[in-house]
Amino acid sequence: MAKAFDFKANVNKALADQQLRGNFAAAMGGFVLKRRALLSDPEETERLRAAVRAIRRRTLAKLPKLLQKLEENCTKNGIHVHWAETTDEANALVLSILRSHNATRLVKGKSMVSEEMHLNHFLEAHGIEVAETDLGEFIIQLAGEPPSHIIVPAVHKNRRQVGEIFHQHLPDTPLTEDIPELNAIARKTLRRKYMEADAGLSGVNFAVAETGTLCLVENEGNGRMCTTAPPLHIAVAGIEKVIEKLEDIHPVYRLLTASATGQLITTYFNMITSPRRKGERDGPDEIHLILLDNGRSDILADPELRQTLQCIRCGSCLNHCPVYTRIGGHAYGHVYPGPIGKILTPQMVGLDEAGKLTTASSLCNACEEVCPAMIPIPDLLRRLRSELNAPSGEGTVRGHGAGRSCTEAAVWKGWQLVNTTPKLNELATRMAGLLGDRLPAVGPLGAWMSARTRPKLARKSLHRRCREEGVDDV
Amino acid sequence: MRIYPEKPKNVYFFGTCLVDMAYPDAGMAGIRLLEREGLRVVYPQDQSCCGQPAYNSGYMDEAREVARKQLDSFPRDWPIIVPSGSCAGMMHRHYPKLFEGDPDYFRAKAFSNRVFELTEFLVRVCGIRLADKGAPVTVTWHSSCHAMREMGIIGICKDLIGQLENVTLVELEKEYECCGFGGTFSVKQPEISAAMVRDKAEAAFRTGAQVLLTADCGCLMNITGALDRMGLAMTGKHIAEFIWERTNG
Ligand code: SF4
Repeated sequence: MAKAFDFKANVNKALADQQLRGNFAAAMGGFVLKRRALLSDPEETERLRAAVRAIRRRTLAKLPKLLQKLEENCTKNGIHVHWAETTDEANALVLSILRSHNATRLVKGKSMVSEEMHLNHFLEAHGIEVAETDLGEFIIQLAGEPPSHIIVPAVHKNRRQVGEIFHQHLPDTPLTEDIPELNAIARKTLRRKYMEADAGLSGVNFAVAETGTLCLVENEGNGRMCTTAPPLHIAVAGIEKVIEKLEDIHPVYRLLTASATGQLITTYFNMITSPRRKGERDGPDEIHLILLDNGRSDILADPELRQTLQCIRCGSCLNHCPVYTRIGGHAYGHVYPGPIGKILTPQMVGLDEAGKLTTASSLCNACEEVCPAMIPIPDLLRRLRSELNAPSGEGTVRGHGAGRSCTEAAVWKGWQLVNTTPKLNELATRMAGLLGDRLPAVGPLGAWMSARTRPKLARKSLHRRCREEGVDDV
Repeated sequence: MRIYPEKPKNVYFFGTCLVDMAYPDAGMAGIRLLEREGLRVVYPQDQSCCGQPAYNSGYMDEAREVARKQLDSFPRDWPIIVPSGSCAGMMHRHYPKLFEGDPDYFRAKAFSNRVFELTEFLVRVCGIRLADKGAPVTVTWHSSCHAMREMGIIGICKDLIGQLENVTLVELEKEYECCGFGGTFSVKQPEISAAMVRDKAEAAFRTGAQVLLTADCGCLMNITGALDRMGLAMTGKHIAEFIWERTNG
């Protein structure tokens, strides 16, 4: 990223954009209702969530073994498996595979890992033409923007804005905001891309170790086009995407679609087990799977933070987050926005770079309440906050201690002293009651009063009232 | 699911720092309600804060020492009643985590089991019945996130309001959404917090209710402060104070 990450500036910009806030409020409210309608039986939902959590934990507990098994079985099936420690390595792998096939035109299905790699940018710089085919990705690729949401990348645009983008960037396209018409325009453009493409790239929702199968969950059919029409298919996945057995898929898939879009199932569920076999009428001649680490092993090594990797990328925590809903995905300045982004990004890129993100939560627990994998996001935020503020040398996450301010640390020490010394506490409460409305509106009080009137403090504390009104003390 | 004890003779009252400083009337109302149920209420004068502000800010050592002070201040095995879902959630759900690996772990664990939110205790343990003596009024209810998601008591609060004959409850739009207080969040991310509380205040005002009720003084201070700032004429009250006023006339 060229510019330094300035979260505050991003937030202010997003909050000032009325259109953006309106688009988000409408879209997210809809997702919340749809999920709720589908998961209407709380007991059933809790059972499913517990099952998904158990599956994800079991998987992570034996991840190295499962990855080995996955590689073995994929290889047996004729899928080439590659390992990438860093995003640079992963990008280089993609390019070398494309080059060895003289491929210059790539169609892409939706993949957050490819966003993590900044793959499009990299490939285009090396002369490869990249076409996003997921409708949302297609829209934002035309607009030159990164995704705003991990499931619905163009959720921040309404149909009028989409119509304008098409009109501006696609030749001979009239201005319209009619949804069927917009769909038809996208379809026409994309059909040609599939026919011309030398290679297709996709993400992976589940990589089944037991059978060496790559599963793809989608609604538009473009994923299937990317993985079957061109002669070469490259799949990219984070190493945590492995799943042990076929039977593990059911509960995870069930909650993935319910949490993401409020669907019982999706229109397409692709299971890719091998390249095209003799006599088969479609499918690629060659399949490559690139497994990316990019910091995941470090996350895995910490028993508490490991829970981050339970994520199945459903986006539900985004849909329910009052902060995400107000500022949108771009404000987060990194690939993964919202609650999952707040815990994942600082671990991936370091607390010094993205530690600020951990402060953007009121810890309301809405994300934890809906997360299908039961990731305790608020607890992990607290853990990261404590590492952000830690004295140097304490903590394990990269960049720990980056947010430490001596003033703040001293304030909390003072707070501790007051709250463990009854006499001081009494005095402090009294002073606050007496001076409260005379304190200047600067610092925290100023921040508070930017949107609220001055808090009214009581002349007599509850401590004092209890003494005076005869409530027993011990 | 929580298992509730038999109604005891004595209970402790934990006032919370915000009630202590800004809403002592709500605290006194809570104490009087418990006494009216025939309980002896003890308010240890050594108590202070549950430790949540530091805990949520990532200052775990400071939070633990303040929490330890509370362990010391409530020595007998009586229930500890808290007029705040948020502080109750801190003491009930988070103390065991905060004391993991600490010599006081088991003491903290036992303590956390004794913590009840006020309305929860009044309904589940005391089986309180309310006789409304007030004039007809329309209210709306704001559930604090922690009352809802850590203590699971929203149904209880609404049942309690439902016992008041002359009170009509109208639902707040997007009731499930946070008001934007979040302790230090409101000063660390003031712009986002302001956007959230403005939306909440507008939604509350739109209900047309005269009074906004809640079981948390943090939310109350946040929302009423925004209502005032926006010039929207609506009052806010802690549920304990509201109930006490209407049933003790
Ligand atoms: S953290 Fe949970 S809710 Fe958020 S995207 Fe991941 S699985 Fe979904």
